[in-house]
Amino acid sequence: MDTNKNIGAAECGDCNTCGKCDEKPQGEQFFTMIIYSENFAGILNQITAVFTRRQVNIESLNVCASSTPGVHKYTITCNCTREMAVMLTRQIEKKIDILQAHFFTDDQIYIIEVCLLKISTPVMLQNRDVSRVVRTHAARIVEVNPTYSIVEMKGTTEEIVSLYESLNSLGAVLQYVRSGRIAVTKSHEELLNKYLAERANKGTTQPLQPQRG
Amino acid sequence: MSERISGAEALMRSLEHEGVDVMFGYPGGAIMPTYDALYDHRDRLDHILVRHEQGAVHAAQGYARVSGKVGCAMVTSGPGAMNTITGIADAMMDSTPLVVICGQVGTAQLGTDAFQEVDVIGVTQPITKWAFQIRRAEDVAWAVSRAFFVARSGRPGPVVLDFAKNAQTGMVDYEPACVDYIRSYVPYPEPAPGAIEQAAKMINNSVKPLVLVGQGVELAGAREELIAFLEKAQLPAGCTLLGLSALPSDHPLNMGMLGMHGNLGPNVMTNQCDLLIAVGMRFDDRVTSDVSTYARQAKVIHFDIDPSEIGKNVKVDLAVLGDCKQTLAAVTKLIDKATHNAWIEGFRPYEEKERSKVIEPAIHPAEGPLLMGEVVNAVSEATGHSAVLVTDVGQNQMFGCRYFKFTLARSVLTSGGCGTMGFGLPAAIGATFGAPGRRVCLFTGDGGLQMTIQELGTIMERKCPVKIILLNNNFLGNVRQWQYMFFGKRYSFTPMLNPDYEGIASAYGIPSRTVVERADLADAIREMLDTDGPFLLQCAVKEEDNILPMTPPGGCVENMLLEVE
Repeated sequence: MDTNKNIGAAECGDCNTCGKCDEKPQGEQFFTMIIYSENFAGILNQITAVFTRRQVNIESLNVCASSTPGVHKYTITCNCTREMAVMLTRQIEKKIDILQAHFFTDDQIYIIEVCLLKISTPVMLQNRDVSRVVRTHAARIVEVNPTYSIVEMKGTTEEIVSLYESLNSLGAVLQYVRSGRIAVTKSHEELLNKYLAERANKGTTQPLQPQRG
Repeated sequence: MSERISGAEALMRSLEHEGVDVMFGYPGGAIMPTYDALYDHRDRLDHILVRHEQGAVHAAQGYARVSGKVGCAMVTSGPGAMNTITGIADAMMDSTPLVVICGQVGTAQLGTDAFQEVDVIGVTQPITKWAFQIRRAEDVAWAVSRAFFVARSGRPGPVVLDFAKNAQTGMVDYEPACVDYIRSYVPYPEPAPGAIEQAAKMINNSVKPLVLVGQGVELAGAREELIAFLEKAQLPAGCTLLGLSALPSDHPLNMGMLGMHGNLGPNVMTNQCDLLIAVGMRFDDRVTSDVSTYARQAKVIHFDIDPSEIGKNVKVDLAVLGDCKQTLAAVTKLIDKATHNAWIEGFRPYEEKERSKVIEPAIHPAEGPLLMGEVVNAVSEATGHSAVLVTDVGQNQMFGCRYFKFTLARSVLTSGGCGTMGFGLPAAIGATFGAPGRRVCLFTGDGGLQMTIQELGTIMERKCPVKIILLNNNFLGNVRQWQYMFFGKRYSFTPMLNPDYEGIASAYGIPSRTVVERADLADAIREMLDTDGPFLLQCAVKEEDNILPMTPPGGCVENMLLEVE
């Protein structure tokens, strides 16, 4: 877990906050960023602009309401150096209505993705390998009609891509879509709750935004 | 008890509630209801009509930088808003607190390519601290209060309020708002536990410390804390361009200016120190030059209020987050009294070398044409080093900042991060409103002056006492210098045919004088300073003068050039 809210103190080795840890050469890594913001319009624009400016491609993106009312959660994946991930999350967190921005490696989070495949029913009926591939990937057929069938699967990117490539090689795929990654942390500490609790002690009674009349 | 008023009237009252008494602007279609409301407030709210919206924002910047208050500008939608973009970006780079209010078409027309509709929020989001569209009159009080809170708190910056026409005309039960807390925004972060102690330990262990003073010290009003810190352990310091007046120029521990055209001593010693203590500065590339050769031998402590600056350009060993007014005072308590005499003496040979090779020839030339450096030096001396220095961008800026001296805080007004030509004249106008008791001296070139020359109209109308010193070399001088040094002396579109500037001044009713001969300089400066109100002093300076010393682009701070071949 990497957090920006406590930068400081003498840091070295492989901490993530001092920015000095690239004394040893580093390559790019795959990171998942989890960002929380107030539910205001235009925040996603501000987040993606930071990636654009730093020339980092977003691999996947998921935005949804979080478990805290009024707080939105963004799950973004990208390839970059650890140093870049530090800079990206700090610059995102600097935006006024962003609550927190953290980045994680895959071992620090539970991850899931979902895919939907629209496949040809005639091809499926002609070639028994199609339903075998669906079964071996633990995917589900959720709709069947004479023209097409719908296959649904959740898993990692690799598992989903494997399903798609297998079905595609059999000439069965009509449409394919894979969701962005969603993730929750494995940590026993709830960073957002902790932050909100800390901030609540410092607040006033001012509303977060104008009352809707 | 609330009162039912229009959104436009609510804006006026909200501005007054925030203590705004000066604003710069230019009316137009989509902001007309607000200008109509302003008509009833013009006795309390001094609106300065500029001649171009870019001028409004630069003037608001000038006002904010010298006064420490939030600068306020108001313009119409579409082209009016777009003309403010340069100034907003400039304010973002230089951490200047601004609130820019733009008119916008009614919400029913948004997204329809209506007349004078531009997606102002979309355009300004990347260059503002916060940008918000006011779509309902009910949101005015809250939005204005939040805008001023965001603009002035923490690391200051510009805020844009995009004010839809129906929100201006709609009616609201007005009550003033007072936003002083946003849960997602931590304007004054606390230093990490142990950071202050660790900083003190590192400073106490240092034999060759060097402090880099940035504008953060000015913004925090931490001059006293800085001086106490420096003096207790006798820490030599260099100042960034925007931090020049954070420390009096004649303070014995002030070793001069950092950066590409800064002083030799602090630049060279950056690569000899064992501890670099950066305070409220952001390691801009004009300060560091090639970062891979910058202070590699030194430990680095970074005092800053903005966590995203830590490790951004230069790797740091210790970050001390927070308002430097508090953190400097806290560290000062823990550091030992010390003298670093031998180390400080080490700056002297560089000072002497620069003085004899660069400074003396620049400010006390015996013969030849008038030089920019000598003009700046003479004006600074004639004002007792107590004036506000405003510069445009280019050679006038570098000569201005090198040879003007400062005794008072908040005395440097220059476009640092953005390097915006045309900044000088409107910024100087703003400074005369932000610091009405102080003398405001603008050094500008013939290129930059013409970029916003229409603001002479504002000076004429408001009799702004700007002393305009036009360093006229008939060239876009800084670009010409680079062409000379790095592009084989190919002067691609840098020579410039100039108009009769005294004729222009005269048309605007501004008294003027032109100096060609060195012998006339002192008398002309005296005449300028003795004249009430504005004055244009045109100095016919050497055409192909070079600003030195110089760290060539991509070079190393210890290899400054003292002469051009």
